[in-house]
Amino acid sequence: MLISYREALNQAMREEMRRDDRIFLIGEEVGYYQGAFKVSKGFVEEFGTQRVLDTPITEAGFTGLAIGAAMAGLRPIVELMTFNFGILALDQIVNNAAKIRYMSGGQLAVPMVIRGPGSAAHQLGAQHSQSLEAWFCHVPGLKVIAPATPHDAKGLLKSAVRDPNPIIFIEAQLLYSTKGDVAEGEYTIPIGQAEVKRRGDDVTIVAYSKMLLLALEAAEDLAREGIQAEVVDPRTLKPLDVQAIVSSVKKTGRLVIVEEGWLFAGLGAQIAELAYAQAFDYLDAPVVRVTGADVPMPYTRPLEDAAIPDRGRVLAAVRQLVNGP
Amino acid sequence: MDRDDLLSLYRQMLLIRRFEEKSAEMYALAKIGGFLHLYIGEEAIAVGAIAAVRADDYVISAYRDHGHCLAKGSEPGRVMAELFGKATGLCKGKGGSMHLVDARRNFMGGYAIVGGHLPLATGLAFAVKYQKRDQVVLCFFGEGAVPTGQAHEAFNLAALWKLPVIFICENNRYGMGTPVHRAVALYSDVAETARAYGIEADTVDGMDVLAVRTLMKTVVTKVRSAPRPYFVEALTYRFMGHSMADPSHGHYRTKEEVEEERQRDPLLLLRRTMTNRGLGSEADFKRLEREVGEMVAAAVKFADESPFPARTALEEDVYAE
Repeated sequence: MLISYREALNQAMREEMRRDDRIFLIGEEVGYYQGAFKVSKGFVEEFGTQRVLDTPITEAGFTGLAIGAAMAGLRPIVELMTFNFGILALDQIVNNAAKIRYMSGGQLAVPMVIRGPGSAAHQLGAQHSQSLEAWFCHVPGLKVIAPATPHDAKGLLKSAVRDPNPIIFIEAQLLYSTKGDVAEGEYTIPIGQAEVKRRGDDVTIVAYSKMLLLALEAAEDLAREGIQAEVVDPRTLKPLDVQAIVSSVKKTGRLVIVEEGWLFAGLGAQIAELAYAQAFDYLDAPVVRVTGADVPMPYTRPLEDAAIPDRGRVLAAVRQLVNGP
Repeated sequence: MDRDDLLSLYRQMLLIRRFEEKSAEMYALAKIGGFLHLYIGEEAIAVGAIAAVRADDYVISAYRDHGHCLAKGSEPGRVMAELFGKATGLCKGKGGSMHLVDARRNFMGGYAIVGGHLPLATGLAFAVKYQKRDQVVLCFFGEGAVPTGQAHEAFNLAALWKLPVIFICENNRYGMGTPVHRAVALYSDVAETARAYGIEADTVDGMDVLAVRTLMKTVVTKVRSAPRPYFVEALTYRFMGHSMADPSHGHYRTKEEVEEERQRDPLLLLRRTMTNRGLGSEADFKRLEREVGEMVAAAVKFADESPFPARTALEEDVYAE
């Protein structure tokens, strides 16, 4: 079944909400407007306004409300219009959602999903173009998922909704309309399980979310040059499937990490550390990171393009790593 | 109003008072670490308010939370053990003084980011309404939380969606050292803040446990029968410093002011009322003093003799299975 990423998310939530009436969807414009990116199309009609709640523009307030509801036994799905606005809810996410289980010595649980798009679209400016996954990955108590394909988005969102922990589920505006094959019928994908999206022996490229598509395109170009890249998609960023990455690196001896987020203290730094710690003797060359530029996102298109990893930069990084300078 | 009822209220306030005094002592002995915020002087609010609700109603609080936890019925030994950081504490020693939780009693916790638990309270109330249950939520916080953005977001959502949450502002007149008139725009009538959101609000003498309970009974009945938020401002005063790091009067208030407020000690006021009405004798108060003293001593003994958590506990409870 060929469907869009947007439809995959819609199906996942719809199936789960039909299965379990403790689940409700809450966020800005999720109801009558059907979601700022139309992910919740048809939800008010099917589930009513008791379970599909339009909120005022108060991220801290409604995220906190959802956490409280989860503590009392409900299973909220919070839609952030974008993760940039989630910064306003960081106190709730970091100080409450992530810590309540631990602080209570295991008495309370916060089963909820906080989802919405991260990363840049086109020319939305510095405040609407951020990839903040590293922030969330840093916090014990959270799980972080960033699927790239409709199939993964559906299976992982269903798992996220069923998980008894707070889950940060990061989508991307530029992925919503992309299409892919989704399995027929009911399925879930385990949280914390990477997938090798392309087999190869010469170099490992780790990439997630939008950057996975870029890595796969680059891998096709590289194949024509005789370089077989193995593309590993972690899908879940925390807990990270370290084993999958390490075993690929042990096979290829080379690792390139592609991420849209900022360079300094980005997620790729953590992945590189894991590779060094667990596959040092297998590496033929230092790990290479292709990242977003360490700048607030510029508006103008030429500079914006320069700030986001593109195929050329991925190709250059891999060629240099494989062929030498 | 009968004798046993009044004695019970007195006993609960006395338990909190003696528990807190003992905590201060244990802090001085380094049995308790970190921050310790005592509820001494404010006992009538927790006791009066919680006496007006059912056991299955929710209570959530800020970091000055020992009183609410004890008033909700938690075992003093397990509370003290938590302050000691012991494995037998309510939260296995992982929460501490500011993060007491007793989920079995629907005491949903103490939270230490000012204003941050008001949205949680609205969420508990949302769950009650969503599941068509009839509980109410008592949310305690200081007047310092009133100007926070999160409080206003919570007031707006609670009013918009008619959620059964009773916001109880314990106005003890000081943040740490900043007086309310230098922090809250509507300082002379803090409850007015809630009325701006269409939330019905009252102010009560927070030193008078009977007044608190009487008002709260009315409020709880209203909220339970027709879900909606309510705001109660309880005027009170903390007799001790903000925390153990702060002397009892500090530079921001005078000794004379503290002494004057102590004349309206909530225990003293109730005792006077009971004595005047012939509903409590010296013998009664002596007996309660002895009983509570024994309870607190037993709590300290339990905490002291309990083991610290094993090293293996460090990474437990981060995630639910």
